[in-house]
Amino acid sequence: MGYCKPYGIKFISWTIVGGFAGTIGLDPHLLYTLSAVQILALLNRLDVLDIEMISEYVAGLQNEDGSFSGDMWGEIDTRFSYCAICCLSILHCLDKINVGKAVNYILSCKNLDGGFGATPGGESHAGQIFCCVGTLSITGSLHHVDRDLLGWWLCERQCPDGGLNGRPEKLADVCYSWWVLSSLIMIDRVHWIDKSKLTEYILNCQDSENGGISDRPDNAVDVFHTYFGVAGLSLMEYPGLKPIDPAYALPVDVVNRIFFSKF
Amino acid sequence: MSSDEDEWVPFSRRPEWSDVKPVPQDDGPHPVVPIAYRADFRETMDYFRAVYLSGERSHRALNLTAEAISMNPGNYTVWYFRRLVLEAVDADLNDEMEYINCVASKNSKNYQIWHHKRWLAEKLGPEVAQKELEFTKRIFAIDAKNYHAWSHRQWVLDALGGWQNELDYCTELLEDDIFNNSAWNQRYFVITRSPLLGGLQSMRESEVSYAVEAILSNPENESPWRYLRGLYKGDPNLLICNNQISGVCLQVLKTKHNIIFPLSLLLELLCHGFQPSTEFVSAVEALRTSVPESSSTSSLANTICSVLEIVDPIRSNYWSWRRSHLPSQVC
Ligand SMILES: [Zn+2]
Repeated sequence: MGYCKPYGIKFISWTIVGGFAGTIGLDPHLLYTLSAVQILALLNRLDVLDIEMISEYVAGLQNEDGSFSGDMWGEIDTRFSYCAICCLSILHCLDKINVGKAVNYILSCKNLDGGFGATPGGESHAGQIFCCVGTLSITGSLHHVDRDLLGWWLCERQCPDGGLNGRPEKLADVCYSWWVLSSLIMIDRVHWIDKSKLTEYILNCQDSENGGISDRPDNAVDVFHTYFGVAGLSLMEYPGLKPIDPAYALPVDVVNRIFFSKF
Repeated sequence: MSSDEDEWVPFSRRPEWSDVKPVPQDDGPHPVVPIAYRADFRETMDYFRAVYLSGERSHRALNLTAEAISMNPGNYTVWYFRRLVLEAVDADLNDEMEYINCVASKNSKNYQIWHHKRWLAEKLGPEVAQKELEFTKRIFAIDAKNYHAWSHRQWVLDALGGWQNELDYCTELLEDDIFNNSAWNQRYFVITRSPLLGGLQSMRESEVSYAVEAILSNPENESPWRYLRGLYKGDPNLLICNNQISGVCLQVLKTKHNIIFPLSLLLELLCHGFQPSTEFVSAVEALRTSVPESSSTSSLANTICSVLEIVDPIRSNYWSWRRSHLPSQVC
């Protein structure tokens, strides 16, 4: 989940330690483990998973301070907290980790502007904010967020061209339509931005001849920004799109299927 | 200038690899998304798979990982295996640091590379702190907002030390670009965490002056306005008592330009009990020429929100929300 880089996976590859790798023959990593679980949830095939094994793998990556490492090599980042908690939540296995400590670690990454960074003291960045707010949302801990302060920082991300950026003084980019909007929705402040200008910005990033959406107008389209553009439009209830859940990044009907029916 | 030595020799034609049988990638019989790899990449990965599966931890395996990395630095399994080999062959980690610095300079936004650097720095300990700080400085000379390099720098300071010149370095970066939010963030990191500075409270006065000066030179700059509030995080009573802070709001408001941030901060002060003098009231009144008459009897806080709704139209919903949620004492 690099913010402008591949987030999905090309192949699903399951290794014997219980996690998923980016492709066949690689070691498992939390990023790919979450992607694999999300894809199987989309396909309604969570039944193929050995949930016991995967949840043990994910839970084993929690550190003493509540943070999560991405894999056995120990890189720590609030992105991995999100991956772990989202994944365990989909699998109904949050009881396997210390949720209180996980939440406290996220809170230790909160900054003076109300946003969150990758590690304690790291600069606020819309992508990291999505991960932290998403983690807090899934664990029912949003009361720790200063909604008005964070909401203002997030709506300050809207540039005069209507698009959203990820940090002050950076250019707008379609992918932040997802990271910023989803965070605003989770803290119930999405009405603070100008939705029609943002919609217009995303539509301007379409390749009207060959399809697809790019990061900014007139750039080459790619599958990642196409996903984020469509997801952003869905969050703004653009006609004809299915609603998407801001915390799980899955269609709402899939999330409902996971939590309101037994699999 | 080209020489034959630079030409890539297939592993199958290298005598030192003749004993290894390459292992091709198994995409299954019907790959969903077949990927067309270049021949040299495919062959390198086939040999990598062979040594990875056999667990060979040797110098030639180390060289092989370097070749694989040069073709795809994002393959994290290759990096992991490289670390296993480095440990097994008891390699000189200073040489490895030189190597990784070279790779990192060319791929400064790659997670694996920075993680490898951290792994090395952790092993080499405090003696490399200065070198690591220097390295990130070189990255910032090209991209002063590189998130990976900032994470690394903060980790080095926390884990290995080297705080002595950090505040000066922030000042230097902000002299280059006063809008650099990463440098403002680092400044806050230093004044709140450096073991040499005595913490936020002892730095507050001088930092307020620094931020005020930055604001006066560029009032449209979001970062120092937020920094000012951050200096009084959790202490709103002290925030409203500092005349320098209310003063900078007034000073910028009187210019009638770039009034969004000073109005927003003044609103914050009012909400926390700041008692405005008539000077503040008339400075705000002077801004409401275009605001409908009907609001002429409203409170100062109310007027501020109305003005902001007009001068910051993209966020007009935010400001009208603020107006309808003002604390009762300022309504
Ligand atoms: Zn992007």
